Formats: sequence, C-alpha cells, structure tokens
Amino acid sequence: MRETAGERWGRRIVLTLLALFVLIPLYVMVTSAAKPLQDVQNGFTWWPSRPTLQPFVDMWSTVPLARYLVNSLVVSSIAAVCSVAVAIFAAFAVSRYRFRGRGVFSVTVLSTQMFPGILFLLPLFLIYVNLGNATGIELYASRTGLVITYLTFSLPFSIWMLVGYFDSIPRGLDEAAQVDGAGPLRILFRVILPAAVPGVVAVTVYAFMTAWGEVLFASVMTDEGSRTLAVGLQGYSTQFNVYWNQIMAASLVVSIPVVIGFLALQRYFVAGLTAGAVK
Amino acid sequence: MATSTTAPDADRREPRSGSPARRPARRPRGPRRSLLPYLLLAPAVVLELAIHVIPMVVGVWMSLLELTQFHIRDWSTAPFVGWENYRATLDLNSAAGKELLHSFWVTLVYSVLSVGFAWLLGISAAVVLQRPFRGRAILRALFLTPYALPVYAAVITWSFLLQRDTGLVNHVLVDQLGLLNERPFWLIGDNSFWSLLVVSVWRNWPFAFLCLMAGLQNVPGEMYEAAAIDGAGFWRRLRSVTLPMLRPVNLVLLLVLFLWTFNDFNTPFVLFGGSAPEQADLISIHIYRSSFKTWDFGSGSAMSVALLLFLLIVSAAYLLITNRRRDDHA
Repeated sequence: MRETAGERWGRRIVLTLLALFVLIPLYVMVTSAAKPLQDVQNGFTWWPSRPTLQPFVDMWSTVPLARYLVNSLVVSSIAAVCSVAVAIFAAFAVSRYRFRGRGVFSVTVLSTQMFPGILFLLPLFLIYVNLGNATGIELYASRTGLVITYLTFSLPFSIWMLVGYFDSIPRGLDEAAQVDGAGPLRILFRVILPAAVPGVVAVTVYAFMTAWGEVLFASVMTDEGSRTLAVGLQGYSTQFNVYWNQIMAASLVVSIPVVIGFLALQRYFVAGLTAGAVK
Repeated sequence: MATSTTAPDADRREPRSGSPARRPARRPRGPRRSLLPYLLLAPAVVLELAIHVIPMVVGVWMSLLELTQFHIRDWSTAPFVGWENYRATLDLNSAAGKELLHSFWVTLVYSVLSVGFAWLLGISAAVVLQRPFRGRAILRALFLTPYALPVYAAVITWSFLLQRDTGLVNHVLVDQLGLLNERPFWLIGDNSFWSLLVVSVWRNWPFAFLCLMAGLQNVPGEMYEAAAIDGAGFWRRLRSVTLPMLRPVNLVLLLVLFLWTFNDFNTPFVLFGGSAPEQADLISIHIYRSSFKTWDFGSGSAMSVALLLFLLIVSAAYLLITNRRRDDHA
C-alpha cells in the first residue's frame, strides 16, 4: 500500500504543527534557563544576550531547593516502591485466580479516577490533624503522610497495568513450575516477576511520576520542613522580583529525570495500555 | 445512586469467609487455595479503604456538620446541621450558589473543549505516525514529553510564556507581527479561559496520543491492505477501518480524560495561584478557595459531594449509553 503525495504532505504539515506546539515551551524553558536576570525582566528574547549557567547556581540559594529536592526524592521513591509492591500481589491475584468480586476490578480503576482530589483533601486533612492531636502520630505536614497518600494515588492504575503484563505471560510457565512443586508465591517471584521486569519498572516509574508531580496535597499537607518541589518552585516569585531564569533552570532540572525515565520506558507503557485497553 | 459500579468496590472485595468461588479456581486445591487471592489483595484493599473509602465517608459526614475554623482542631464538637450546607451552597438564588453554578459551567465547557482538542491532536499524531519513516521514533518521544514533564514545571513555563510584559506570546503577537497594538493580559480577564484551555490541551493530548497509538498497534495491517484493494482512500480507511477499530480504546480514553480534566486542580492552581480569575474559575479551585480561605470545610465538603454525585451520574450514563460489555476481565 503506497503513500500518495497528498498523504505525505498532509503528514508533514500535521507533524510540523504538532512539533512546533510541543517544542516552543520546551525551547523557552531551556534557553531561558541560560539567561542573565535582565533578559527575563525587560521584554522577551529568543536567545540569551550572553548565555550563562549562573541561574543553575543561584537557584539553590534563592529558595532551599536542595531540601525540596530531597523531600520530593524521598517521598516519591518510597511511595513508588511501596505502591508497586502492593500492586504486584494484587495484580497476581487478579491475573491468576478466579474469585468473587474479580469482575468489578476495571470498573473500580475507572471509578477512582472520578473522585476529585479536593473530595479527599478536606477529610484527610482533618483526619491527619485530629489523629496527630489524639495519638501523636504526625501525619499532617510530614513526609510519612505524603507517602501514604501518594502511594494510593497510583495504586489503581499500577494494578491495572500489571494485570495486563501478567496476563501476557503464558500460564504454561506457571504450570511447569507447579509440576515441579513450586507454591504460588514461588511462582510469582521465580516465574512471573522475572518475565515481567520491564513492565514492573515502567509501573514503578509511573508511580514515581505521580508522586513527583502532585500539587494539591503537597500544597496543603506540607510545611516548611516537608515541602516538596511541586510547592517549592513557587518560591521564586518574591515581592520584588520574579526570577524567571531560575524558575526555568529549576523546572528543567526537576523534569529531566522523569522525562528520561518515561521516554526510556514508553514502549512498555504502550504495551501495558494495550493489554488493558483490549479488554 | 448506590449502584455497584460506583464507590471503590474495595469493601466488596473483602473476603466473605467460606463463600464458595463462583467458578472453580483454575486448579482447585482445597480451601487454602481459595483464600490466597484475598490475602494477596488485602494490602491494596486496606490502603484503598484507609485513603479513599474512609475519607469519602468522613467527607459525606463533614458535609452535614457546621465545620468552620472553630471546630477544625477538634471536629467532635462541630454541631450537626443536616442539609444546611447543601442548602446554602446549592441555592441558586444566593450569591454562593450563583458562583458555584458559574464555576460549574466554566468547568463543563472547559472539559468538553479540552478533551475534544486533545483527542483530535492525539488521533492526528497517531494516524500520521502509523507508517514507519525516518525520524518517527524521535517525533514519538518528543510528542510524549509534555505528558512526562511534572505538571508544575510545564505549567509554570506556560505562565512565563503568557506574561504580559516579558512573555513570548505578546512578544510575537505585538512586537514581531504587530497584530495587536495593545499588550493583552493572558492570565487575567476573558483571555484567561483560553490560556488555561491551551495549556491543558498541551498537557493532555500526549496521553490521548499514547493510548491511540497503543490501540492502533492492534489493527492488523491486512485490514488496510484489503481496504486499499477495494479502492478506499485515506479518509475512507480512517472512517471504515481505523476509527471502528479504535472504538474500545476511545470509550475508555474519552471518559478518563473528561474526568481528569473536570477534576483538574493542578493546571489552574499553578497557572493562576489559589484564586483563579472568574472566567477560568474551575470547580476544584472554587471548592479549594471556599474551603481554605474561610476555613469552612462543611460547605466545601457539601460541594465536593455534589460534584462527585454529578460525575457518578455522568459516568454511569456514559457507560450505559456506550453499552460497554463488561466481561469478567480486568
């Protein structure tokens, strides 16, 4: 089936327009991160008057960026690892067993997307504050509270994707291991997980991204000590100055790890979504 | 409204001890076997209960209390007022009710437009990237980047682009092209709605693209060959092969995108801060502001519950209309 000339030109035009739309903000982020302050204060320039890496140096002292970065890293990593660990067991059950209540599963995943974050925010805020007052367990304004909250945010989707990956692993392997006398957990850890490594890594990255980018709970449930990047980046707008060049530099730095992780694993996201979407 | 498709069914996934499975397990091995799936699910169920189900119940309870700043520290003292919060916030003759209704319409229009454009861009990209050609992998990665960026980094960059005096948008429109004499404000006033829409489409279309790309991988090449042999041109193939094959993906994708956009808090919050301009006052920001500005959690909860009910009805209606067969599969 050959491509007609019209289709080829249509393709070029569509791709050019989309690429421009995507690229312009990215271009501004990268170039503005290398601008001296006066360039971002009086009128827009397409190129720095004299390219400098100073914003990348200054951004650490304008706001306590290092602390925000550590907080974000700690919270997102722990939340991601815990979320995936919990999801692995649940997905194994859904993928390999038939039991009552299994069918409602995909509906559940959809329905958890329905709830506005704000609906949980108020009760959770209240529960965390009152729990702290009553028992001394500090969940409000603590990293622990954020970890617990974030880990459930990514859970439904993680389970859904993992079920897709596990389903694609032939059951013949399970049965072969069973014949050798392996129990269910051994099958999970020795047969299924090794075969699903890319999928598990992709889901971990997804869970990490979810926590890394969350804004609503981060802005209510943190204080100066536990603040994450999502809130901390707003600290570059002071009464006297908005340090746009440092904002762009910081945005670039916090974006690079998740973008690289996501793009490196995009194939597996597609595979997971395909598996889930077919059903 | 308590249909079984609504609240997270975590509570209904609790093992009912001794209940026989509907169908025999794949390899029935006695009772220990049938308990195992529930044990495996337990951590997920407990977490869902703790963070989603219990707060939801608490949220409904809160909406029936007079929960102002005097009672937040110790809510057990908050007086029970029944439907009062609902009456106060949903009364369309009061100022609060009018604002909420306005915010609701803004959110609805915003969501429909945002999902529509995101889907259009997503399907265009997925279709033109179907054929292999040089540079396809790079473009695919580029198109996914906006979705991979942390939302605050992406939106704060847009807010820089949209600054009145130092932003790229006005620089191009006013200084370089001379299309306008005045420098318009993009983040306050009437333009703010369109700014928000563009940012949201920029953020969301890659997700649509990703899902549609995944869906297209399931379309067998022979179908296109057959259509081409029958003399079908590009548009005919799109209408008769591609779109019907993408139907299952589209059904889920459009609903999920709509729910996300409708509930979107992050985009307006980073773009406008805690109080959005009236023209772009999305409902989640509206509830946030009325809850935390005045510390009136009671009416904030009432609005949240009303919003949830609306979304449940919409989703249930959508699923009924599209008549999605739910087989017993995840």
